[in-house]
Amino acid sequence: MRTIAAGEITAVVARLCREANVTLGEDVLQVLEAAREREESPRGRDVLDKLLANARLAQEEGMPLCQDTGVAVVFLEVGQDLHIAGDLEAAVHEGVRQGYSEGYLRKSVVRHPLDRVNTGDNTPAVIHYRIVPGDRLKITVAPKGAGSENMSALRMLKPADGVEGVKRFVLDVVEKAGPNACPPLVVGVGIGGTMEKAALLAKEALLRPLGSHSDDPLVAALEAELLEAINRSGIGPLGLGGRVTALAVHVEVYPCHIASLPVAVNLNCHAARHRSAVLPEGIWRLIGSAADREGKNDVSEEKHKYLGEKT
Amino acid sequence: MNSLRITTPLTDAAIESLRAGQAVLISGRLLTARDAAHKRMVEALGRGEELPVNLAGQVIYYVGPTPAPPGRVVGAAGPTTSGRMDPYTIPLLAQGLKGMIGKGYRSPKVVAALAEYRAVYFVTYGGAGALLARTIREARVLAYADLGPEAIHEFIVEDFPALVANDIYGGDIYSESVRWRMPAAEGF
Repeated sequence: MRTIAAGEITAVVARLCREANVTLGEDVLQVLEAAREREESPRGRDVLDKLLANARLAQEEGMPLCQDTGVAVVFLEVGQDLHIAGDLEAAVHEGVRQGYSEGYLRKSVVRHPLDRVNTGDNTPAVIHYRIVPGDRLKITVAPKGAGSENMSALRMLKPADGVEGVKRFVLDVVEKAGPNACPPLVVGVGIGGTMEKAALLAKEALLRPLGSHSDDPLVAALEAELLEAINRSGIGPLGLGGRVTALAVHVEVYPCHIASLPVAVNLNCHAARHRSAVLPEGIWRLIGSAADREGKNDVSEEKHKYLGEKT
Repeated sequence: MNSLRITTPLTDAAIESLRAGQAVLISGRLLTARDAAHKRMVEALGRGEELPVNLAGQVIYYVGPTPAPPGRVVGAAGPTTSGRMDPYTIPLLAQGLKGMIGKGYRSPKVVAALAEYRAVYFVTYGGAGALLARTIREARVLAYADLGPEAIHEFIVEDFPALVANDIYGGDIYSESVRWRMPAAEGF
C-alpha cells in the first residue's frame, strides 16, 4: 500500500491544465503538417498554415492555443492499493482552480445549466474514475471546448442498422457540424456498451495518439474507411472547402446488449488537447509533453516546487 | 491570398464592395459580445432601454478572450460559433450594426437580414486564438463587466484577418465547399 497526499494531485492537475492548453502534442503537429502537404484547396492550405503558426506562437509565448480553454475533463486511473490522504475529488477541483488561474486560462464553467452564473474558477471539473490493479495513479487532463463538443451526438441504432448504419451516422454528424466544430477534426467514436458507456468511449477515443490505429482489425478498417469518407465530404479546413476535413478517426468498442447498437460521436477540433502524468513507484512522470521528449519528464522536483508556490 | 484592407466603422460603400470569399484585413475598433451579452442587450431593447454601447456602424466580434497575461493587452482571442447568436442578431442589426465576425453558419433569417440592413458577416480562423491576439493592440471592458469573459470589450485591431462569409448579395462562402466534394467511398 502506497500513500500519497491529495495536495500532490492538486499540483499535478494544475500543471496539466496549463500545459494541455498551451502545447499541441507532437503527434498532432505531425499529422497537421502532413495534412498541410496534402491539402489541394488554397483556402484550406491558408487555414492549415495559420493553425500551424498558431501552435508555434502559443508554445513560444505560453499563450493558450484557443480562447476556449474548455471544461476540464479529468480521467483518473487509481490503483486499488494506493491510499490518497485527503479528499481526492476536492484535490482535483483545486488543481483546476489553480491551473486556470495561474495559467491565465478562460473560466468557461457556469454553476447551473439553467441559471448560467459563471463559477469564476472553471470548476467543477468533469471527473471520470477507473480503479486499476496495483498502486499506480494516472491523471489525464483533457480540456474540452464547446464549439466541437456542441456538435457531438449519440444515437441508439438498431442491431439491423449494422456497420453501414454506424458509418452513415458518423458522416451525418460531421456533415451537420460543417464549419461549426472547427475542422480539421479529430473524430472520436464509441460503439457498444450502453448509452453512457458509448459516450465515454467516444471521449476516450480522443485521447489516443493521433493517427494510431485500433488493435482490432475490424475496427481499424472502419477507422480508415470513415476517415476517407469524411475527407471526401469537401467540407475542408474551417468548412471553407478542401480535402482535409478530419485529421483522424479513432473508434473504441465495447460489448453490448443483443438488442442494442449505441453509437456516440465526440468531435474535437484540431487542438486535440490532453496531457497525462503517471505516478508509478512514487515518481511523477509527464507523458507526451515537451519535457518528456527532452527526457526531463521526472517532475517530482516540480511537484515540490509547485507545492511550495504561494497560490 | 490577396487581402483587402478595410477599416471600421464600416461605411455603406465598403459593405457594397465586399463579396463572399474576399479575404480582408480589418483595422480599427471591434466590439466583442457573445451569448450572455447578446441576451442581455436584446432583453434591454425589449424593455425599451438604451444599449450600453452605440452599435451604429460597428462590428461585433464573437469572442470570449482568455485573461491577459502580464505584459499583454489580451489573451487568446479566436472566434466562437456564430450560430448561437442568430436568435439575437436581427434586433442588433436594427440598431445599426454593420458587421459580425465569428465562425460557422448563420441561419437563413440572418443571412436574408444582411441584405435588408446592409451588413456583412465575416469568418475568421477558428482555433487560432494566439495568432489572432497579435493583431489586437488595445483591449478594455466597455460594459457588462460582471459577465467575465462574456463582457462587452472594445478591441483596437490592426490587420485582423478575416473572410467575407455572407455579403449583401446573397453570396455564401460555405457554398464553395461543394466544389471539393468527391463521390462517396464504396459502401456509403
